[in-house]
Amino acid sequence: MRCRKCSKPAVINMRHHKLALCKEHFLEWIVEQTERFIRKYRMFTHDDKVLVAVSGGKDSLGLWDVLWRLGYQADGLYIDLGIDGGFGYSNQSKELTVAFAEERGLKLHIVDVVASYGATIPEMARLTHRGKGKPCSVCGLVKRHEMNRIARDFGYSVLATGHNLDDEAAVLFGNTLTWATGYLVRQGPVLEAVPGLARKVKPFFRFYERETAAYALLRGIKYIYDECPFSVGAKSIYYKKLLNRLEADRPGAKLQFYLGFLRAKEEGLFAQRAEEVVETLHTCPVCGQPTSAPGKCAFCRLVERVEEAKRRRELSNASS
Amino acid sequence: MPAKLILRNKTYEVPHGITIKQALKKLDIPAEEVIPTREGELVTEDTRLKDGDIIRLVDVISGG
Ligand code: SF4
Ligand SMILES: [Zn+2]
Ligand SMILES: [Zn+2]
Repeated sequence: MRCRKCSKPAVINMRHHKLALCKEHFLEWIVEQTERFIRKYRMFTHDDKVLVAVSGGKDSLGLWDVLWRLGYQADGLYIDLGIDGGFGYSNQSKELTVAFAEERGLKLHIVDVVASYGATIPEMARLTHRGKGKPCSVCGLVKRHEMNRIARDFGYSVLATGHNLDDEAAVLFGNTLTWATGYLVRQGPVLEAVPGLARKVKPFFRFYERETAAYALLRGIKYIYDECPFSVGAKSIYYKKLLNRLEADRPGAKLQFYLGFLRAKEEGLFAQRAEEVVETLHTCPVCGQPTSAPGKCAFCRLVERVEEAKRRRELSNASS
Repeated sequence: MPAKLILRNKTYEVPHGITIKQALKKLDIPAEEVIPTREGELVTEDTRLKDGDIIRLVDVISGG
């Protein structure tokens, strides 16, 4: 197969775009398309200070690389979750992220969850009996909170994450199966800021996972290839696989599913629900971030419960 | 000698002469979920496997 632009051997064939490209033209295409999406969806401009949430994976490092090449003011945020999984998952991904930033002379914020809140993510989940052995809900809560905190404290106007089309389509698929309208109204490539919450954008949301992986490989980005140990059996992976079966028979099905949803939303589907959601936000008295009910937010309650559980454990250790 | 396809820590043997696409189909590996590489270079699925070829498949799905 040959590159459509120069007829050198292609490195990737994107069936949904009927487009095969060589290395040089694919790398160029990713950068141009990202710029196009940033403008088309009015994500940010060169005047914005962008905070990129980086996990050490292919998507977030790839995104940071592209924003850097495009000349945006993009700093990174790495959250050390303290997950080991027998191979030092968090340590390894942190080292790769630090090396990436150093090579390019980029600024990286690192939040150490253990140093800040006294427990790793799996410990927090255990101490508070949340998640039935899976720390993912605690993990999501902590990550969201910390991203917002750093964005606010350091004056970033926008928070960018590396979500790709497959991530977005899998979440949409899950939300559609249960018709979770509260989540559906808030899903999209751009989430406007509300008081206390940073504006959130996903510049890679129209790239297939295969494309972001190819970009990272072709750019020689060293990313963490092994997954977080807790992602085994994750629903999102199951949905991705289902959608890929569809994609195999109908190239473009994933993209259509997601873009069709955005169009439907634009046309007013869920509009009423969106108003309700905005009206019911309260402010957490401890951290100042918005929450859906009056009183402390879920993050502050989690931290409180972790502290209580640790105190109880220390007391019982001291008395035994 | 057959050709080899390697995905994570599994190695599969397939006859040479067929394309990567056909090999993936035979092994029931969804083409959407891997990137085939040969000697460190990305190759497209229409590439025909030669005698003794070693194709490393990079898993692209991440979750959580
Ligand atoms: S798989 Fe779960 S625990 Fe691991 S990083 Fe993702 S959300 Fe966190
Ligand atoms: Zn070319
Ligand atoms: Zn709070």
